[in-house]
Order: sequence, then structure tokens, then C-alpha cells
Amino acid sequence: MDQVEIIAILGSVFLLGLILEMVRRRQVAENYALLWLLTAVALFILSLWRELLDVLASIMGIFYPPAALFVIGFGFFLLILLQFSVIITQLSRKNKELAQQLGILSWKLNEQEQKMAQVIKQQTTNDKKDGE
Amino acid sequence: MNPESSKNGNNKILIIIPAYNEAPNLPNVINSIREQSLITDILIINDGSTDDTTAVATAHSVFVVDLPYNLGIGGAVQTGYRFAYEMGYDVVGRLDGDGQHDANHLPDLYQIIQSNQADVVIGSRYKHGAGYTASISRAVGTKIFATIVSLLTRQKFTDTTSGFWMLNRKAMTVLAHHLPSDYPEIEGLVMLCRAKFRVSEVAVSMKPRQYGHSSIRPLHSIYYVIKVLLAILLEAMRKPVTKSRR
Repeated sequence: MDQVEIIAILGSVFLLGLILEMVRRRQVAENYALLWLLTAVALFILSLWRELLDVLASIMGIFYPPAALFVIGFGFFLLILLQFSVIITQLSRKNKELAQQLGILSWKLNEQEQKMAQVIKQQTTNDKKDGE
Repeated sequence: MNPESSKNGNNKILIIIPAYNEAPNLPNVINSIREQSLITDILIINDGSTDDTTAVATAHSVFVVDLPYNLGIGGAVQTGYRFAYEMGYDVVGRLDGDGQHDANHLPDLYQIIQSNQADVVIGSRYKHGAGYTASISRAVGTKIFATIVSLLTRQKFTDTTSGFWMLNRKAMTVLAHHLPSDYPEIEGLVMLCRAKFRVSEVAVSMKPRQYGHSSIRPLHSIYYVIKVLLAILLEAMRKPVTKSRR
């Protein structure tokens, strides 16, 4: 086992452990951790299973198999980044809708409060009249 | 001040004015709308202004919706469409808070909606008879967008960036639920045309801005052109929004 294999195995084990621990502590939600876990598992398998990596590297025309690890890792990271863009888009749309609803609801609340104040004022003047 | 006050025949009309730091311009805009024979409610959408836009609007006893932070023109306008939709208005008009849109044209726009000639009317600065002269760069940009939108929608449009609109309830319902946050006019127009809404233009004259400066800046113009081009090309590849969809 050469140096690069050991580093790749240690690295992917560390990544896998880190992600699992963060999910356990609820710092990352399970649904967003899935792509990360897939990435870590794929990197781990390819670091251990040298023959598979060699085959994949030769298919891609890469002479130095560990470089194929980078290419595959890069592909996964791109997917993760794309997922972030999707999530950000959803969040900002929901955020906008919340802001709009908040604005309209505050207006409605304000209208109701003014109406209530008028009703109460009317009632107190009526009560006074009755008392006289 | 209740929505019942704004009846013309059976149509309740709301005029929405998105405003970001437009306090000095608002009194004139509000008064010019009130001078019209058209009976309308007025809603100011305060898009996170840092000046006293809300105080000025409240002093003129119009409806004011305060957004908690700046949403951008599209987000503010959509708030107005949502408001109109939720409060049961039949027609919603939109004009800018800077006083450049001449409220005297509101009856022209309303006439087309009322007679059911169109679902959406746009006040065009470039349509024959409008008599508006723009700077060369703006005229070129406008021409390019007008050409592309006309091609995509197979209908001739002269002013696709105008913010002077009037919509019936069907069109208002669609825009209340689908409208981009920034630069909503062109995308909204393409979206409505693809959903087979009838859109027409009427010529309007423009007044010069009285106070403050336009929000358009050079670097933003480049972003604007690229973003809107991408948006309308992709919009043309989407399934049209259906009229009944919430």
C-alpha cells in the first residue's frame, strides 16, 4: 500500500466520520447529508478497492489512477454545490413570500385594531349616556 | 377607506404604487390619482424605505403595506397584486411612485379592461402618439427587447419595460403567485402572453421625474439585459402557467 492510498483512505474515513457526527449532532439535516454521505462512501470504496479505481481511470484515459479519485470527487462536489443553489433558490422564494404575507397581515391587523378602537370608543360614549 | 368605496359600476379598482424612498414624490402621485373620475383605492407598498415614505402615505390616508425589508421592484409589485387578490378587487392598476406615469391616462387603461378588450393593458411610451424621446442607449435597449418579446409572443409590443399596467382579476391572480423579484415587467409580459392572456398597449405620455434619481445604474443595466434575456428565453421553454392555477 503506497502513501497516496493511505492518505486517500484516511481522508475519506475522516470525511465519512465527520458527516455522520454532524448529522448525529443535528448540525446537518439528513436530507442534505445524503449527497455528502454518497460522496464520502464513493471516495472510501475507490480508495480501498484499487482494481476498481484502475479500471475507472483507464476508461477515463487517466494514467495515474489516484488522479481519477480527484475527478470523481470533483463531480460529486459539483452536484453538492448545485444542490445548494437549488436550496438557496427555494429559501429565497419562501422568504419573499413570508415578507409579503407579513406586510399584508400587519396591514390587516392595523385595520382591525383601528376598527376595534372605534367600537370601544363608541361603546364607552353610549355607556356614559346610559349612565346619565 | 374600506374597499367598498372603490366601485366603478361593479368593479372595485386598486391602484398600487411600489415605493422605495419616494416620500417627496408621493403627495403629487396620490393627488393626481384622486383627481381622476375613476374611483379607486390606493395602496402604497413601502419596499423597505429609509425615508418617511410610510408617514407621508399614511398622512394622505391611503393603504400602506410595509415590507420588512427591501424585496426589489418585482417583490413589491407582487405584494400589491397579492393584496388586490386577497381583498377581492376586480381590477388592479400599477404605476411608479416617482411621478413619471401620468395618472390622467388611468381612464384610458381602464376603458380597455372595462370593455373586456384585454386582460392586461400596458401604457406604452413608444406607441404611436406617445411622443416620448429617450436617450439613444435606452432607445436601443428598448427596441431590442421589444423585438425579442414581439418574436417570442408573436404580437407587436413597443414598450416592454413600462411599469404602467392595469390588469383584470384573472391576470392579477396569476401574477400574485408568479413574478420574479427583480425587473418583473418583461418576464411577466412573456409569461402572461404564453398563458394566452390578451395583452394590449395604449400610448401614454411620461412626465419627468421630480425628486430623486432613477434606480438604473450602468453596471446594473448589463446585469439587467443578461438576466432578462436568460429569463424570457427560458420562460418561452416552460409550460405556460394556467389561468386557474393558484
